[in-house]
Amino acid sequence: MPDASIAAHSGSFSVAVTGSGGSGAVTTGLILLEAAAHAGYFGMLSRSAGPQIRGGESAAMLRLGPAPLACMDDRFDLLVGLDWLNIARFIDEIPLDRDSLVLADPAAGTVPAVLTQSGARVREVPFKELAGSVADGRANMVALGALAAAGGFPQDALLAGLNAVLAGKGDRVRQASSQCLTLGYEQGIETLPRAAGAARHPVARWNISGNEACGLGALRGGIRFVAAYPITPASEILEWLAPRLEQVGGSLLQAEDELASINMIIGASFGGVPALTATSGPGLSLMTEGLGLAVASETPLTVIDVMRGGPSTGIPTKSEQVDLNIALYGLHGDAPHLVLAPLTISDCVFTTQWAVQLAEHLQTVAVVLSDQLLGQSRTISPPPPNLELPLVRRTLDTPDETYRRYAPSADGVSPMTVPGTPHGMYTADGLEHNQRGTPSSRASDHLEHLDKRLHKITAHDFGAHWAEMSGDGEIALLTWGSSSGAVREAAARLEAAGASVRVVALRLLMPLQSDALRDALAGCSRVWVIEQNHGRQLFHYLKSFDALPSDAHSLARPGPLPLRPGDIVAALTEEA
Amino acid sequence: MNAPATTPALRAKDYKSDIKPIWCPGCGHFAVLAAATKALAHLGLPKEQVALISGIGCSSRLPAYIDSYGFHGVHGRALAVAAGLKTARPDLTVLIAGGDGDGFSIGGNHFLHACRRNMDMTYIVMDNEVYGMTKGQASPTTAPEWTHSKMTPHGTGMRRFQPAAMALAAGATWIARGFSGDPSELTRLLVEAIQHPGFSLLHVLSPCQTFRPEQKQWKEQVHPFADSNTGDPVAAAQRIHADDGMALGLIYANHLPVWQPRNQATSSIAALEEEFRV
Ligand SMILES: Cc1ncc(C[n+]2csc(CCOP(=O)(O)OP(=O)(O)O)c2C)c(N)n1
Ligand code: SF4
Repeated sequence: MPDASIAAHSGSFSVAVTGSGGSGAVTTGLILLEAAAHAGYFGMLSRSAGPQIRGGESAAMLRLGPAPLACMDDRFDLLVGLDWLNIARFIDEIPLDRDSLVLADPAAGTVPAVLTQSGARVREVPFKELAGSVADGRANMVALGALAAAGGFPQDALLAGLNAVLAGKGDRVRQASSQCLTLGYEQGIETLPRAAGAARHPVARWNISGNEACGLGALRGGIRFVAAYPITPASEILEWLAPRLEQVGGSLLQAEDELASINMIIGASFGGVPALTATSGPGLSLMTEGLGLAVASETPLTVIDVMRGGPSTGIPTKSEQVDLNIALYGLHGDAPHLVLAPLTISDCVFTTQWAVQLAEHLQTVAVVLSDQLLGQSRTISPPPPNLELPLVRRTLDTPDETYRRYAPSADGVSPMTVPGTPHGMYTADGLEHNQRGTPSSRASDHLEHLDKRLHKITAHDFGAHWAEMSGDGEIALLTWGSSSGAVREAAARLEAAGASVRVVALRLLMPLQSDALRDALAGCSRVWVIEQNHGRQLFHYLKSFDALPSDAHSLARPGPLPLRPGDIVAALTEEA
Repeated sequence: MNAPATTPALRAKDYKSDIKPIWCPGCGHFAVLAAATKALAHLGLPKEQVALISGIGCSSRLPAYIDSYGFHGVHGRALAVAAGLKTARPDLTVLIAGGDGDGFSIGGNHFLHACRRNMDMTYIVMDNEVYGMTKGQASPTTAPEWTHSKMTPHGTGMRRFQPAAMALAAGATWIARGFSGDPSELTRLLVEAIQHPGFSLLHVLSPCQTFRPEQKQWKEQVHPFADSNTGDPVAAAQRIHADDGMALGLIYANHLPVWQPRNQATSSIAALEEEFRV
């Protein structure tokens, strides 16, 4: 395999801001991202927090460039340390090298050896002292000005970013901040070479987080009821949705636990209102009995699992693609359902919308596997497509007395009546039942309904959305969910170095589109299955369906560190 | 809430479905079924406007036997299903039925939170102080010295769960105790429970013929409460604690704000999306 370790970085540049609690590192990053958008960049911001609830150290990591970006880079061009307390916690997440620049405030003490060891250059800027010259001035705003200069942003873009993010603060705060920005901007920081080369695209773009994107996808899909119990890193979906659901005529109920939330959305959906919950691994574990009930009673619902490090309480603030197994297999009994995973931050909109509409149309459960990396990161990217899919719940408004809720049909989907509909009365049941819904333990009823619930899902034509594919090379990089970003960039680097690569990124995991997958892999000399977990969950799943060539390779890396394109390139190059 | 004048008034038997109950002959739950159909007929509720939600247990089989919308879910979660349904569909009359195991053991947390949420719904618990469906184990309301289950050969050794006291403490706004051996009083209480705006708990002593045959004696043991509801929770707590658990009638009723969704469709999704545009 050709050497792609020194790869085309496509003109992007990466910046990290770190600081202890209250230093404003994350706010600095958020303003910088918004300013970058106003300056015409695309980009993304991911964040890292220590285990403290409040007042712990945090880091904002940004990557900006002339075209949409789907993953963080291998290294950082610039690190701004607002202070150096606990910097060691982040250093694994912020790789520096001899081309990197560290902006350091002499007031924060000497730059720690863990940073200088990398060979990075250090440039001192007295953030604190400069801020002291402005009434209510803050050091992080001076640093932000310096960052904007390094990024080559015009000052008006910076001010637009400031006003957008600090819209809720008073005039005084914004005034003091903008004075500090100017001070920082005028410190004569040279523009980063990569930033200088970035072309500006004055096209429409959005600034959205994955969790917000899941919330929006839910609304677009028709969700009007949500019940949920708070959990990191999913809570922002719920906090975003609560007021907005009300504004579109829906509601959100904070449940007493996840056993309640899953059953609450079953109740709402039974009532005819499309319903969803969002959680993370521990919550999904509690919900699995309810998921089986929804499958058996054919009650449509959607669950978003924003995955975090596991098992058990695991690593709540870090990303890991570890819940594929429970999403696929966690239900007892034979319980066919849907499992999907968004591929990028902005794809959270489409994938959630699609999942909701599929669940409604097929009267089943859809599990959407997002993760902390997608959910708590923000992207500047083109507005996500709004797919007006003609998929809605099949209901019956004027049934007669012969109505049977679970009557057979060609595609396995039986029209539902909604409570309030005369003559449509039935009792939904998690016990195996006959066509009317009456509990039955007869073999013929069991077989009929097992077949029905499977058939409606496997017979559905999912079209082209089951995966995103690019390239037609001999080496296939097969991946799912949030790893797709790093995999696609690794593929681009390998291509640039002369390798012939294709990428297949799975959005629909269950039901597995085995035939389409086999076609997609046809003619490959080597297949790599790439995922961010320890147990090779996707690899084993695909093997169990005989969907992989017998010599397929697995590249599985657990969290908490993000999967970087360079790691993938290195692993593939090593093995080749 | 009354049926339109043009449709003939429904009678109790019109609310019965054509499905035959699986219950043992003599089971107390039959009387609860009869009381439910009578109460619905008395209130003249259109069948399609009623949703009856349950969990798992002999008692939880009730929904299929009534000709209304029903949801027979999993063990212990009926109140959660009902809360979601009522929030999404405030127009429906939502009733929940189940046993003491379903409601007070596996579903105990939902019971507390349903009481404090005070949604407008009625919870009927058929208490037989035993797990009937799984063939006779002790439940939270079983007396500590009851040794007839192989699983607790020494008895549970634990004090009994006090449904009315728990409901009162958790904030339920209507609490009464009925007895399946007194069907007309049971019907009257159920009508009142459904009419009460807010969360109503109707705790029904409903004997298990098969695993607690000694409950035949309940007929002789029940008695009315000595005094009547004042709407004062402190007085209600005193009545509950002074009582032997066999007193029947209204224990507590009070009018407090009912939880309701505050949705009003003031915006569109397209308008909400503007916040993301740079
Ligand atoms: C999760 C789960 N655990 C255990 C059971 C077994 N189970 C079924 S009904 C029941 C107890 C029912 O007792 P109760 O609610 O008092 O109703 P009864 O049958 O006495 O009317 C149990 C333990 C189950 N169905 N689901
Ligand atoms: S076991 Fe007991 S509770 Fe169950 S049906 Fe028989 S008598 Fe009723």
